[in-house]
Amino acid sequence: MDKQLAKKYLLEMLKIRQFEEACGRMYMQGKIKGFLHLYIGEEAIAVGSISELSEDDYIITHYRDHGHALARGMDPNKIMAELYGRVDGSSRGKAGSMHLFDSNLHFMGGHAIVGGHLPIAVGIALGLKKQKKNGLVVAYFGDGAVNEGEFHESMNLAALWELPIIFYLENNQYGMGTHVKRSSANPDMLYKFADLYGMPSTKIDGMDVLTVRDSAREAIDKIRKNNGPILIEAMTYRFRGHSMADPSVYRENEEVQQWQKEKDPIELFKQYCISNDLLNESDFKSVDNEVKEIIQECLNFADNSPLPDMSVAMDKIYNTN
Amino acid sequence: MTEMNLRNALSKGLREALDTNENVFLMGEDIGMYGGPYAVTKGLFEDYGSEKIIDTPISESGFVGAGIGSSMIGMKPIIEIMTINFSLLAIDQIVNHAAKMHYMSDGQLSVPIIIRTVTGAGGRLAATHSQSFEGWYASVPGLKVVAPSNPSDALGLLRSSINDNNPIIFAEHSMLYGVTGDVPDQYYETPIGLPKIIEEGNDITIIAWSGMIPVAQEVSSKLKEKNLQTELIDLRTLNPIDFELIFNSVKKTNKVVILDEYWETGSFGAYISSVIQENCFDYLDAPIAVVNSLNIPMPYSAELEDEVIPNTKRVLMKINELLGL
Repeated sequence: MDKQLAKKYLLEMLKIRQFEEACGRMYMQGKIKGFLHLYIGEEAIAVGSISELSEDDYIITHYRDHGHALARGMDPNKIMAELYGRVDGSSRGKAGSMHLFDSNLHFMGGHAIVGGHLPIAVGIALGLKKQKKNGLVVAYFGDGAVNEGEFHESMNLAALWELPIIFYLENNQYGMGTHVKRSSANPDMLYKFADLYGMPSTKIDGMDVLTVRDSAREAIDKIRKNNGPILIEAMTYRFRGHSMADPSVYRENEEVQQWQKEKDPIELFKQYCISNDLLNESDFKSVDNEVKEIIQECLNFADNSPLPDMSVAMDKIYNTN
Repeated sequence: MTEMNLRNALSKGLREALDTNENVFLMGEDIGMYGGPYAVTKGLFEDYGSEKIIDTPISESGFVGAGIGSSMIGMKPIIEIMTINFSLLAIDQIVNHAAKMHYMSDGQLSVPIIIRTVTGAGGRLAATHSQSFEGWYASVPGLKVVAPSNPSDALGLLRSSINDNNPIIFAEHSMLYGVTGDVPDQYYETPIGLPKIIEEGNDITIIAWSGMIPVAQEVSSKLKEKNLQTELIDLRTLNPIDFELIFNSVKKTNKVVILDEYWETGSFGAYISSVIQENCFDYLDAPIAVVNSLNIPMPYSAELEDEVIPNTKRVLMKINELLGL
C-alpha cells in the first residue's frame, strides 16, 4: 500500500458515502422517487473487490447497486440523473435506482428480484468460457438471497460447469427487516453452502477494505489459474434502513450506533492510514473536498437535465436491429 | 419441395443454425444423450458434441437464466424447456429478466435467446401437463411469441427467430410434431408477426393457431357441407401481430370465430376479439365467438379431455348459437 493507492481507496469509499448521503437528502426533497436502497456502511466491499478486477471482467449485482456502479467507474452524473428520472440518466430515466447499467464497463446491472441475477451471472461466465475469453464474473448478492432456489441452482450450475465466477455474499445480516437468525437455519455458516457444491469459500470481515482486497485478489488469482467458482462471504452492516421507506422497528438503535462507532469502514481505513503514515488529516481534507465537488457536480447535472418525453418510454422495448 | 414432419423441420433448422452460426448452442433437459424428450434434438449430441448440445440439470430457472446471461455477451442460445408447464419455474427469468433487459438498460444490452417449449393438451397428461401458456407470454412487452402449426412455418419461423435479437418463446404443440407438409428446398424465412390465410373464403373468418389449426380445418370442412366458405387464418405469431390482414378478412366475411386452447377466463383469443370489435365493429353481423378450453383443470381420462379442449362439435354449436349458421 502506497500513499497514492491509499488515497484512491479513501476517495472511492468516500465518493460512495457522500453520493448515498446526497441521495438520501434528495429523496427527502422529493427529487428521487421510488425505492432507494443506500449502500452506506458497506463501501469497503465494493471498493476492495472491484479495485482488483480487470476491464475484461464482468460485474452483476442486486438492487443496492450504486456502490458497485461507482466503484466500477460509472459516471456519477449519469447515475444521479437516472435517479432523478431525467433524460441524461444511464437509462434515460426508464430504470431508476435499482437498475443501473453500463455495458461499456461490463457493469451488467443492478437487478431488483432477489437472487434473480445469479443465473444470469452463471450465463455470462458460461459465455466467457465458450468464447475462450479471459474475464471472470463477480456476482454480488445479500444474505436474503441464499434462501432463494435461484441461488442454489446457480451455485450448482457454476460448479458443475466449472465457470469463472465469484459468488460475492454481502452479509449485512438483514433481509429487509428480517435478521439472518430469523431466516436461515444455520446463520453463521452461510459460506458453507459452497461445500455442498464442492466449491471453495471463505468468510471475511467486510468492513476492512484491505481484507476485502486481499481475499478478492486471492480468489481472482485462483479462478484465473484453475477456473471454477468461489464463494466469498463478507460480513457487513448497513448503517441506514433497508430502503428510505424503512420504519426501523426491527433493530435497536444501539446496535446501529455500535457498528457505526466501531466498524465504519471509512474510519477504520483512515486509522490504518494514520498509523502507517500513509495519509494525514490534511490529505483527508483534500480528498473530502474533491469528493464534495464530484457530488455537487452530479446534483447540478441531474437538476439541469431535461425530463424524458414519451418517445423515450416507447423506445428500446425490442431490439430492432 | 420436400415432404417432412414438423419435428424434422425443426431439427433441420437447428442443425442449420449450429452449422452456420458459431455462437449457437442448445441447452435443456435431456436434449443430448437421451435424444430429446420429444426427439426434436435426436442425433445432435452425437453430431455436435457436449459443448454445443448441453444437457442441463432439472433447474429451469438456472439454465434459462444462464441462457440469458450468455446471450448478453454475444452467444445465441437455443434453450429447450421440456414443456411450457415447467416454464413457470423459470418465469422470473423470462418475464422479469429476459423481457426487460433491453428496455431497462435502454438498449445497452440485448437478450437474443430462443426458448423452445412444448405447449398444449391432448396427450392424456392431466392438469399440470396440459396447459397452453403461450398467450400469457404474448402479453409481456419485450417478448416475442411464435406458435407454428405446420412444418414449413416451423422451419421458417425458427430461421427468423435465429436472426432476431429479442427473446423469443417458440411454442411447439405436442400433438403437431407428426404433422407432415411440403417444405421448400430453397432457403426462406417466415416473418415473425405475419398471420397467414391458409384457406380462403367469403362467409366466415376463423382465427386459430398451433394445436387449434387441425380443429379449425375440420370445422371448415363441416361448414363446407353447408355450403359455407371459411377464411381460415393461422396467427403463427402471437406477439407481434399484424392485424391488418385480420381486419381485411373480417370486413369481407363479417363473422368471426376464434379458437384458443387456453381457458376462457383471460384468454388471448378474447384479446384478439376485443381488438377486432374495436376496429371492425360496423362490419360485424354477429358477436365474435371465442371457443376456449372449459374453465376446469384438465382431467386425465381421454373421454373427458376430449370434451374440455375445443372440438369440432363444440365449435359448430357455438357458431350455430352466436352466428345462426
